[in-house]
Amino acid sequence: MGDILKLVGQRLGLGLVILLVISIIIFFMVELLPGDIAQAVLGQGATEENLTALRKEMGLDKPAPVRYLQWLSGAVFLDFGNSIVTGEQVSSVIGQRFMNTLFLAAYAAVISVPVAISLGILVALLRNSIFDRVANVLTLTSISSPEFFLGYILILYFAVKWNMFPAIASLSKDMSFGELLNRTFLPALTLVLVVVAHMMRMTRAAIINLLASPYIEMARLKGVPPLKVIVRHALPNAWAPIINVVALNLAYLITGVVLVEVVFVYPGIGQVLVDAVSKRDFPVVQACCLIFAATFILLNLAADVGAILTNPRLRHPK
Amino acid sequence: MSHDKSVLLEIKNLRIEGYSDEKWVDIIKGVDLTLHRGEVMGLIGESGAGKSTIGAGAMGYARDGTRISEGSSIEFDGMELTTATESEKRALRGSRIAYVAQSAAASFNPAHKIIDQHTEAPLQYRLQKRMEAQEDAMDLYKRLRLPNPTEIGFRYPHQVSGGQLQRAMTAMAMSCRPDLIIFDEPTTALDVTTQIEVLAAIRDIVEQFNTAALYITHDLAVVAQMADTIKVLLKGEEVEEASTKEMLDNPKEDYTKSLWAVRSFESPQRHRPKDATPLISLQHVDASYSSGPKILDDVSFDIYEGMTVAVVGESGSGKSTAARVITGLLPPSKGEVLFRGTPFTHDYRNRSKDELRQCQMIYQSADTSLNPKVRISEIIGRPAQFYSGLKGTALKARVDELLDLIELEPSQFYNRYPSELSGGQKQRIGIARALAAEPAFIICDEVTSALDQLVAEGILRLLDRLQNELNLAYMFITHDLATVRSIADEVVVMQQGKVVEQGPKDDMFTPPHHPYTDLLLSSVPEMDPDWLTTLLEERGIENLGDAAAANMSK
Amino acid sequence: MSVFVIAYYSLLLIGSSLAAYFNKRSIFILLFSLTMVSFVLGIIGGSGALVMVATFAGLLALAGMVSYSFREALIMMAGPELAKELRTAPLTAAFGMFVIFTYAITGIFAPWIAPYGEAEVISNAFEPANADMLLGADQLGRDMFSRLVYGTRNSVGLALTATVLAFVLGAGAGMLAATKGGWFDQFMGRFADVIMSIPSLIFALLMLSIFGSSMPVIIVAVAIIYAPRVFRLTRAVAGNVVVMDYIEAAKLRGEGTGYLIRREILPNSMAPLVAEFGLEFCFVFLLVAGLSFLGLGIQPPTADWGSMVRENATLISFGDITPLIPAAAIALLTVAVNFVVDWMLFRSSGLKEQ
Repeated sequence: MGDILKLVGQRLGLGLVILLVISIIIFFMVELLPGDIAQAVLGQGATEENLTALRKEMGLDKPAPVRYLQWLSGAVFLDFGNSIVTGEQVSSVIGQRFMNTLFLAAYAAVISVPVAISLGILVALLRNSIFDRVANVLTLTSISSPEFFLGYILILYFAVKWNMFPAIASLSKDMSFGELLNRTFLPALTLVLVVVAHMMRMTRAAIINLLASPYIEMARLKGVPPLKVIVRHALPNAWAPIINVVALNLAYLITGVVLVEVVFVYPGIGQVLVDAVSKRDFPVVQACCLIFAATFILLNLAADVGAILTNPRLRHPK
Repeated sequence: MSHDKSVLLEIKNLRIEGYSDEKWVDIIKGVDLTLHRGEVMGLIGESGAGKSTIGAGAMGYARDGTRISEGSSIEFDGMELTTATESEKRALRGSRIAYVAQSAAASFNPAHKIIDQHTEAPLQYRLQKRMEAQEDAMDLYKRLRLPNPTEIGFRYPHQVSGGQLQRAMTAMAMSCRPDLIIFDEPTTALDVTTQIEVLAAIRDIVEQFNTAALYITHDLAVVAQMADTIKVLLKGEEVEEASTKEMLDNPKEDYTKSLWAVRSFESPQRHRPKDATPLISLQHVDASYSSGPKILDDVSFDIYEGMTVAVVGESGSGKSTAARVITGLLPPSKGEVLFRGTPFTHDYRNRSKDELRQCQMIYQSADTSLNPKVRISEIIGRPAQFYSGLKGTALKARVDELLDLIELEPSQFYNRYPSELSGGQKQRIGIARALAAEPAFIICDEVTSALDQLVAEGILRLLDRLQNELNLAYMFITHDLATVRSIADEVVVMQQGKVVEQGPKDDMFTPPHHPYTDLLLSSVPEMDPDWLTTLLEERGIENLGDAAAANMSK
Repeated sequence: MSVFVIAYYSLLLIGSSLAAYFNKRSIFILLFSLTMVSFVLGIIGGSGALVMVATFAGLLALAGMVSYSFREALIMMAGPELAKELRTAPLTAAFGMFVIFTYAITGIFAPWIAPYGEAEVISNAFEPANADMLLGADQLGRDMFSRLVYGTRNSVGLALTATVLAFVLGAGAGMLAATKGGWFDQFMGRFADVIMSIPSLIFALLMLSIFGSSMPVIIVAVAIIYAPRVFRLTRAVAGNVVVMDYIEAAKLRGEGTGYLIRREILPNSMAPLVAEFGLEFCFVFLLVAGLSFLGLGIQPPTADWGSMVRENATLISFGDITPLIPAAAIALLTVAVNFVVDWMLFRSSGLKEQ
């Protein structure tokens, strides 16, 4: 057991270091700006007094490393400073919207993970059959389509032509849960379509890879029935690749969500990020980037830790 | 025990097709086989002979990408397997026909304990209750002389060594007391000293239960110990079949005779010149990979000009590492390599062109030693161009000369790619590439072990001729004592990073030996059906293989 | 029951019976399952749904025939070696090659194909299609078709340039890391890890917010994002090559790094790298399209598919499919490239097994 704890500890440590490096990249990239933030906010025509005043207000008179440490220590307690466009606290702008984004991603994940994995296993078992080929073409098509293409097709048919679901996913506080699911169905479905395709392909590849192992052939030659070969011999070794596939795709959901939120005008963190980028509201951009990156790293970390924990060679050391 | 000699397995006109390049191609082209109860038949042939495919076919099993053609007949104890349903065939597998795979490490499921995999078949067929099955497994482990038979089964496969796993797999095959076991190269991946234990165990248990077996291997000496009858295969067709004794004493077909031909080539023993400085001298060399454990521990030996030193040992003995130290790929952590009496620069990256050219290598696998995307002319021409600055017609003339030297017709081979050559031809190109640098010293790393007997002998003769003509020194890394006997002048025996014994060849092959050398020499199977029996009688099972090696290090 | 519905089912049933009679198992399963699905669809969607299925099948058949003829044409034109390779291409791959070919022609000859200039205002906003304007006008009254044609050049050109840059950086570093090993290899590996743990779209947005969105910034930003991915793969592929004995032989001969990479490693890692180029192109293309869609990519008035979708998105709520056409153009090219890559990957993995 000691080995496993050590490995997991190492992996967590590495994740922390990467997160730290990324926070440095995110913070200091803004420093690369020609001029500085104050200049960028006020534009070329700003007077020297205004600039000095703004710089003082934003703390730009301190050296960059000091400001980085302040920013980072704030970020640990979810305090990302104030927006330079509206002056609001960044955390209050982002907070609720981040929860909305997580809700959408979770909604999509709850549908797509079981569907994709069972379909992936199914096509792996039926490999090289006509179903496998059709599934291959369909999934390839789905992962090749931009999210907004799928999103607009769904809007065109489900919202405009058939009038089954709302096209705009506006949320309000006093909505029932069923209403919420109905309102957010189309954006979730868009994400599901893309993610299921990815996940199915990866699950299929992982399972086929596994079924080619000599111990699977040995099990067959021992007279083990096909279902038992899968359940008893393939599955215990398939956890690591499957966990990997799921985590990778959840991480993908986090990115894909940005485009989908824009298509469906969904009040999530992706919308905020896109707005902030076009308005060059750097504190918000930095905060959003850090949150996205942290989620992404966390999921990858979960995948690695999962793979370590389910590896029989590591679980039962010599 | 009843000795019923009725027919157990009868294969008629077996054809198996494989799918490659969008076409179905015959891999097995109509093979007949009859096996009686309790009989052990050896299937032997080179790689690509289709012996393993026949082995799976005998269970009515076609691997992915292969299929059994119509018109084939596989009759097991009165049941036709080619027309049987999947579930009928499944009911036979594990219970009446069992399989032992080549790589036990890969064929045991890493997620389950050994004993749980062992008892899977008996529980599946409801032959025994779990406790009974486990006790029976322990009994089989004991019969197969596994250490700690009551505990070893409760370990996971990766916690057990290769030789022990292979025996555990044989035990697993025995779990339902099948009528037939298919052994698919069960000892190929093992070292000789480990192999001998596994062989003895397998032979013993097959005899005890009067089980019939198909024993698939490419090693003649092994099959001579194990089989009652031998069938020789070549490219999916039968060459001949006879009882083991008959086959060894009196083979009929030319192909069989060529396989049986004991290595006839033996170069006369050369002796060290008096008062000469050695060409290469290792002096008290220690080496390890990036602060790991020592791979070489105080290794010293000399190689003189124009002579061949064979370095022998099993995997992990450090023989290849010694070569890497000489070539400069792994700088020694202690000690010195001398070249003609002066220190050789440790790291190859700091060596001058002249130092680099002096020492060339020929590799075991011709497939990975030649760049598949480059023509023969460039493979051989590049060193000549690089070291001697030859260009244009001079370069072409040199390449032609080198091709002549290795007995390949220049006009035919000049423009070919490596994939268009046979294994032996590729190895010759490897030799030519080494010669092109005009070296004083060549390291031959298992150069003949991937080749068939006759081809290997051709390569050895060629190397010997070149040595005489060009006054080359060779360092021969090998585990094959027959090769040592035919080409070496001096022998260095290594075990776990240390030199245990060294001296002229003639002395090394005559007793008294160092105990490890003795163990190594005695473990190499000989082409005599009684060799294993005699050996077991002489030494006893406790003084063989890993057990003996373990005793030695105490 | 209209004549169409009767004809529809009888054709399907005749087809599946014929397939069953001639023992074509997979065709039978396909046709028969289609019949079953059609029953359900027909009950739910009426004959309209069946018309859709039939149209779809017709389109599929048409695409199949085009791909078949295109493959035959290629085989006839190619040399014997290439022709042998091409014969193994499935129809999907042939379809992919056909689409790529068409896009290339359209992109190169855009000014000759497009009837109007890309920024030329010729009518009212959102004017419906007529004889002059195949696809109608966009939100400023520019010809949709002409902009689509020019968009081929701009969108694909941008993505291609960025991919090439990412490849030069990533593959170069990967080969070097595999050959040199040691701390350089370690450092590059870690560096790639860090870059890759920022989601690509987010990283692109960060860079664009700081440096503004112009063509060079987009190209460099995308190259920086994707170079580590190319590095990873190249490192892995080249890593399998550098352990070969012929590399050791060349090293021991004293060959320099340049020779090793050029003559020994590169020729032996070409096949997977070409396939990877196709894959990376798809990712880059989708990323750039996403950025344009968000209004942060190629700036107007330059025609670009992603921004065309965004600009005309309002039409969707009137049930007009115009904004979907540029989106479909993006999807079609990506699908095409993926089809070809799929075949190449299959070939190279198939060869490995032998």
